[in-house]
Amino acid sequence: MNIGWYLAASALIFCIGAAGVLVRRNPLVVLLCLELMLNAGNLALVAFSRMHGNGDGQVFALIVMVVAACEVTIGLGLIVALYRRRLPIDVDELRELRG
Amino acid sequence: MSQVLFFLAGLGAIAGAVGVVAFRNPFYTVLALVFHLISLAALFLLLLAQFVAAAQVVVYAGAVMVLYVFVVAYIGGQDEPLGAPGGTLKGAAMLFAGALFVELSIAILGSGLKAIDSRGAGVGSSYGTPQQIGQLFLTKFLFAFELASILLLVAAVGAVILARRRRGLEAEEEEAARRAIPAVRPAGTGTMAEGAGALAPLPLAPVPDEREEPIEPTPTGGW
Repeated sequence: MNIGWYLAASALIFCIGAAGVLVRRNPLVVLLCLELMLNAGNLALVAFSRMHGNGDGQVFALIVMVVAACEVTIGLGLIVALYRRRLPIDVDELRELRG
Repeated sequence: MSQVLFFLAGLGAIAGAVGVVAFRNPFYTVLALVFHLISLAALFLLLLAQFVAAAQVVVYAGAVMVLYVFVVAYIGGQDEPLGAPGGTLKGAAMLFAGALFVELSIAILGSGLKAIDSRGAGVGSSYGTPQQIGQLFLTKFLFAFELASILLLVAAVGAVILARRRRGLEAEEEEAARRAIPAVRPAGTGTMAEGAGALAPLPLAPVPDEREEPIEPTPTGGW
């Protein structure tokens, strides 16, 4: 398949993830939608790596995976801390930091 | 053959992504993401990125998703209420996502990259193997590699600090228990130290002072 098709699939997945981040209110699901966006970026990186025929893009994709794993750990830690404090698990209710 | 596989895997990935956004139960959402990740690994294999595909399945679909499932099981999968406020905001969000897709599509279609309509450059048999990735990591991208390890360490420490249980009164209770031990053994009951005469007879054991105020319930958690 042409590289453009992979990029189109990547763009579609990225937009679905962005819509999910904006629409969903459970922070757990928001994190999952962030994963979707990062994975769409990964797909584009690997497709460009294939297009150029060298492995740099795959290294980028692996680094993105590392960053995503860190983000998940911290995000889930925050959610568990919220749950322990009996705060609502809802991004619309958590507005203490709003200016 | 590769076209059929591409469309199967691509449709699976997109269906998984839609499932992540559409399912109300967080548990089903996580399962949809697992499906999406495995389909994406198939796409990586079609792009000859074997090591990335394997890492995707092992690290993402294996480890990270298990973490998600644990947290969903811990906090309980509450379904989102259906009649939520902010319906117009939801429409605006969908509009924004659609506009983003149109913009990205225009960027792809109008791209000046000639090779975007090709099947990619010719690559040798070593392309995408662990050997190639490892060599790149240890030569060209050594700094990023080391930085990633430090980032993982910091994230692990941060997660432990965020999710630990705050112990406020428990240390005090332990102290009280330790003070209560000599109280149940009055002086002159013949400990080994007394029998050897090495020590003067113990003074009367201090009676633990009565607590006037009841112990306040510890707020679990909290920063």
